[in-house]
Amino acid sequence: MLSIKNLRASVEGKEILKGINLEIKAGEVHAIMGPNGSGKSTLANVLAGREDYEILSGEVTYMGQDLLELSPEDRSRSGLFLSFQYPVEIPGVPMVNFIKTAVNEHRKFKGLEPLTAGEFLKLMRAKKDMLHLDTELTNRSVNEGFSGGEKKKNEIFQMAMLEPKLAILDETDSGLDIDALRIVAEGVNALKTPENATIVVTHYQRLLDYIVPDFVHVLYKGRIVKSGGKELALELEEKGYDWIKNGEN
Amino acid sequence: MTITSQKISPAERLVSLFEQSRGTLNEGSSPLLNRMREVSMKRFAQAGIPDFKTEDYKYTNLNTALAKSYKQELVRENGVIDLNVVFERHIPQLDTHLVFLVNGWFYKGNKPESGLPKGIVLDSLEQVANQKPALIQDFLNRQAALSNDPFVALNTAFAKDGFFLYVPKGVALEKPVQIINLLSSDENLMVTQRNLIVAESAAQAKVLVCDYTLTSSSFLYNSVTEVFADEDSLVDVYTIQNQNNQTTAINSTFIKQERNSVLNTGAFSLHTGLVRNNLKIVMNGDHAEASALGISLTDKKQHVDNFVLINHDKPNCTSNQLFKNILDDDSTGAFAGRIHVARDAQQTNAFQRNNNVLLSDKSRMQTKPQLIIDADDVKCSHGATVGQIDEDALFFLRARGIGEKEARTMLMNAFAHEVIQKVSIEPLRERLSELIEKRMNGEIAKGHEQ
Ligand SMILES: Nc1ncnc2c1ncn2[C@@H]1O[C@H](COP(=O)(O)OP(=O)(O)OP(=O)(O)O)[C@@H](O)[C@H]1O
Ligand SMILES: [Mg+2]
Repeated sequence: MLSIKNLRASVEGKEILKGINLEIKAGEVHAIMGPNGSGKSTLANVLAGREDYEILSGEVTYMGQDLLELSPEDRSRSGLFLSFQYPVEIPGVPMVNFIKTAVNEHRKFKGLEPLTAGEFLKLMRAKKDMLHLDTELTNRSVNEGFSGGEKKKNEIFQMAMLEPKLAILDETDSGLDIDALRIVAEGVNALKTPENATIVVTHYQRLLDYIVPDFVHVLYKGRIVKSGGKELALELEEKGYDWIKNGEN
Repeated sequence: MTITSQKISPAERLVSLFEQSRGTLNEGSSPLLNRMREVSMKRFAQAGIPDFKTEDYKYTNLNTALAKSYKQELVRENGVIDLNVVFERHIPQLDTHLVFLVNGWFYKGNKPESGLPKGIVLDSLEQVANQKPALIQDFLNRQAALSNDPFVALNTAFAKDGFFLYVPKGVALEKPVQIINLLSSDENLMVTQRNLIVAESAAQAKVLVCDYTLTSSSFLYNSVTEVFADEDSLVDVYTIQNQNNQTTAINSTFIKQERNSVLNTGAFSLHTGLVRNNLKIVMNGDHAEASALGISLTDKKQHVDNFVLINHDKPNCTSNQLFKNILDDDSTGAFAGRIHVARDAQQTNAFQRNNNVLLSDKSRMQTKPQLIIDADDVKCSHGATVGQIDEDALFFLRARGIGEKEARTMLMNAFAHEVIQKVSIEPLRERLSELIEKRMNGEIAKGHEQ
């Protein structure tokens, strides 16, 4: 589904990603862990098409296409979803308008008719129920005045509405209380099918108790320095990153 | 053009035009209007046309526009308006008392009296000045004469007609009055229009002014509106400007508020050539409230300058100003807001904000908020920002599958939304959002390309 080969990227002349290699197949869950500033969000943003980053070399193939050639909107419409580490507040853009426009743009891309008002409301209600999302939140502007946890829940709500093929969850667990974490994780699991895949960026084992990864990768200074199964996350929880850093030096 | 006429300055040409047409100007016009002409023309001639050396006109140069030659319609021409054509022009269709003015003249086909509550007058200023001078003599030119703006003097010298709205004591006009000012000519045309709104104590009126051009000629539109809001009255005056790129519009609005009156204004410049909006509000009674809003959307070489002056002369009054400009291409904008709090105007609340978004490298915005406070117990604030579109928000929307153009439009609408939601006429809010969206996607500009 996704194949990253020797990806290098810089921002403001500073090289952040220094040769990433990663293969993700349909049905898999990959966890990416690593110390602060190692480049996890940079990787997520580069995959989503953020233009602030300069691609120095490498290639990314997503469902048979050259991902780096696509605009951010076409990546999204092709089923790539990024749950932002820091979702932005957009005062004056009502949640409902925003999500309706997004859903219908996705449908147009697939050659489908836009949803009627009734169909849209029904879909929205179902997804809100699934995530126990407060109705009041969808009546506001996008993320405006949302608490940290509400913003993260709202990201997963958008994911549920758009039903992506490849979801990248950048620290979706941070800021969530214990109940919200469970609800969000259940939501993510409910959306899982053998056809789609998930990348979970996290610092904590706790989320991985719910969303069980098939692979765990450690990103350090812009490179994946270690990969393993789900037990690697447990090991990191116990020992921290020093043993890997030292091993790499 | 002959060689001699090239040597004449635009101001001199206007003076000689005045001298030649003195007879026509006075013809059919009430002494109330005529008696102010000579002295006003003298004031204009003395002041001349302001240029960048004039502090108040530093950012708006009208000399190029005034150097063109214009025809004037000094006598009413009896054309017929094709309403189908008019309403193709993105005029908000609302449930209103509707009247038209064509090239500054109150249209003969108007039937405003039907449906208006008893006692309310909505008519031609010329007509009322001739037939019921008592209604206007205490108001006409009482505020404008105090101004030292040369274009106000020029207006007084040439004005023959405009609209007059009178709402008597205690009468509430539920539906808004909609004034549609049409400019239509095959030749370059200078239009002078004089309006007057009088709301007696506890009267209520909502006025929506729509300024439109129907042809692609160059227009020089000089309009003066005086508003008197007596005690406990509630008056809304909103203006939507949608004119061609060759139009130069100078609008001066003077508002005098008495005790407990509430006044809401808004200037929505959707499309135009060069616009200067002067707004002066004088709070002449305590516990008065005023709100002044503005949204300007400019591109190509357009220019919009909002020049606002609010005088807090009495205690316990509140004023709020919120102006926003969205500038693209080579367009420019200016905002000057001056709040003056007099020595006795204790417990004044006066707030002012001007936020601007530059969509291109070449667009420019000049903003100058100014507070002059002579009282000590006041709450005042002012602030201005000039920024670019929020790239994080843009990326967020695109990353959800929304195309770049649509995402930009959404963000611009959101920027304007803060102003629109403060508009006091509810159905107008929705219309304004629609119009702004049409402006952003180019439909409004297309309307001027015939
Ligand atoms: N726009 C930018 N301008 C300058 N530096 C940047 C920019 N974006 C990222 N960086 C730098 O790139 C490095 C990697 O940042 P990134 O956000 O990818 O880290 P991370 O692994 O997600 O960290 P965390 O665990 O704290 O979220 C950091 O040193 C950061 O300061
Ligand atoms: Mg990060």
